[in-house]
Amino acid sequence: MRRNRPTRGSERKADPVSQSAVQPTPASPTPEGGHLLEVRDLHVEFRTGEGVAKVINGVSYHLDAGETLAVLGESGSGKSVTAQAIMGILDTPPAVIRSGQIRYQGRDLLTQSEEQRRQVRGTEISMIFQDALSALNPTFPVGWQIGETLRQRAGMSRGDARRRAIELMELVKIPAAASRLGDYPHQFSGGMRQRVMIAMALALNPKVLIADEPTTALDVTVQAQIMDLLSDLRRDLRMAMILITHDLGVVAGVADRIAVMYAGRIVEHADVRSLYKAPAHPYTKGLLKSIPRLDFQGQQLSTIRGLPPNLMRIPSGCPFHPRCPYVQQVCVDVVPHDLVLGDGRTSACHFAQEVRDDRAR
Amino acid sequence: MTAPASPPKKVRGEPILAVENLVKHFPITRGVIFQRQIGAVRAVDGVSFDLRRGETLGIVGESGCGKSTLARLLMRLEMPTSGAATLEGRDLFAARGGELRRLRRNMQMVLQDPYTSLNPRMTVGDIIGEPFEIHPGAAPRGSRQRRVQELLDMVGLSPEHINRYPHQFSGGQRQRIGIARALALRPEVIVCDEPVSALDVSIQAQVINLLEQLQDELGLSYIFIAHDLSVVRHICDRVAVMYLGRIVELGTEEEIYQRATHPYTQALLSAVPVPDPEQRDSQNMIRLIGDVPSPANPPSGCRFRTRCWKAQDVCATQDPDTVPRAADPHPSACHFAELREPASPS
Repeated sequence: MRRNRPTRGSERKADPVSQSAVQPTPASPTPEGGHLLEVRDLHVEFRTGEGVAKVINGVSYHLDAGETLAVLGESGSGKSVTAQAIMGILDTPPAVIRSGQIRYQGRDLLTQSEEQRRQVRGTEISMIFQDALSALNPTFPVGWQIGETLRQRAGMSRGDARRRAIELMELVKIPAAASRLGDYPHQFSGGMRQRVMIAMALALNPKVLIADEPTTALDVTVQAQIMDLLSDLRRDLRMAMILITHDLGVVAGVADRIAVMYAGRIVEHADVRSLYKAPAHPYTKGLLKSIPRLDFQGQQLSTIRGLPPNLMRIPSGCPFHPRCPYVQQVCVDVVPHDLVLGDGRTSACHFAQEVRDDRAR
Repeated sequence: MTAPASPPKKVRGEPILAVENLVKHFPITRGVIFQRQIGAVRAVDGVSFDLRRGETLGIVGESGCGKSTLARLLMRLEMPTSGAATLEGRDLFAARGGELRRLRRNMQMVLQDPYTSLNPRMTVGDIIGEPFEIHPGAAPRGSRQRRVQELLDMVGLSPEHINRYPHQFSGGQRQRIGIARALALRPEVIVCDEPVSALDVSIQAQVINLLEQLQDELGLSYIFIAHDLSVVRHICDRVAVMYLGRIVELGTEEEIYQRATHPYTQALLSAVPVPDPEQRDSQNMIRLIGDVPSPANPPSGCRFRTRCWKAQDVCATQDPDTVPRAADPHPSACHFAELREPASPS
């Protein structure tokens, strides 16, 4: 199994096939407008009967052609809402995009009409979801559902759509694709259903694939199959991928860069290797230390004290300060900016350098 | 933290729960008025193990391997098709009436989903105190509120929250409520069915630590059912690996994680993503092909043979027993049980 990734700072195994198949992309931010997809200072809130929940509070990240960005966070951190804003599938109301830009190939999607956005959805940016059983329509055969996109959006005839659907099902390695075209979603196993959804997402050859917790509902052996499939497809079809997950193990296996979210902000952004080696935000550090490891038994798990904040009452200053072992008065008073640490790394912590260099805690 | 119950003065390490060749088949029927059985889902198909006092026995396996059915059998929420289980020497499945109630008092369960396993219309005090309604002997009526507050304190919640409702708590806190409810009757055995898999990473660690700490304080024995192999390695003393209704390998934490001899265990372990990007290329993963076969129609002979790279003719005809093998003395259900070569390319 091999996967592609930018080779910055890493001695990867000699692998001529995959190296020639992908153009290495710099992981550090490049100046204005150079990115395939860029989210800039996005603010989203949910207006509910109980009050206003500030779900996204100034998220910025970018994605270059051919790379894999992992967006890591726990429930309520805003990782899926950001993706839904990119796709334009947020439920409004209750969601309201307060400010910010989502630039795809230089154009701001948020200023476009619904019809223009529809042209981007599926053909340029496509998305797969966690729960394939509820994402697929239980009352239609899967072949029909894959073909629907092709008939509606690519104007194919029913016969062409059917043939292309078989090709797509073969692409995602569904055995005996032609004979399974007429089967309904409930007749597939969890892993096969996820493959059907990937086939639907790839139907119009998107340049960006957003995978929202694609393997969370699956068993480990099936998870490994799906993650392999996604990285093979990303390489062969030259796509860029945003992988939304809470699983630090999955991220370590496939991502080039990683953005860690907490309470609607990106708290740390780095290339994967340096982040795991020396996390520069106390939240990332706490997460890495709190996961049980398969490769050794270990003693008591270290924990992050307390609970994630209520998004209707985000703490003052740094939103992580009530749970942070490094907390000082400045953290309660001042919202930290993204501190640039070099190598394209940023950390939204007043003490980012100390945290990164402190191996003891 | 107060520990009101003194740990039972019983020998650690002696078997408290013994399960012998347990089988549960769910019938598949056809017809509405004249139902006839046309097959059976072999959810649990011959499972034997001991749980020792004070230990944690992990049960791992993928969805559909029968681990939750096993938990329901042990709680006597289902009656087995055949087989036996004894809790402290008393037959779990023959007990009736008062004796069954006493057995159940000694064995409690923590459920996976902290959102659906708590009644939203009951206060926390009522939820944790409900076991006392069923077992009035466990706490005299007058002392129940105090006992519930002790339990809340024991699981790290504020005793003042006794009148709150479940929706006022986060997922991790709700799981603590579920644990407090399981502890109410001072059981010796707790069956935990995926107790942390619905929780976020930072909260998961808190609940795991709580379970370990309660075990030390109260001398509990756990059956810990989970699909997350890293969590199981952290918390368990011994581990049973299940595949299609059978235990295919059973051993200490070290035997399973470092000296596994069954191909399925080896594949399962190698598929777990390691949170370390430096090991990305060296991770030497075994790729299983295909899906788990249907438990209604398991393969002949060894059930894993349809996905096994070592399978030979004998595997299709002869069902391997879960017995000690030459490669390593812990039980493994493989004709060709052997240790995995470290770091050889697969």
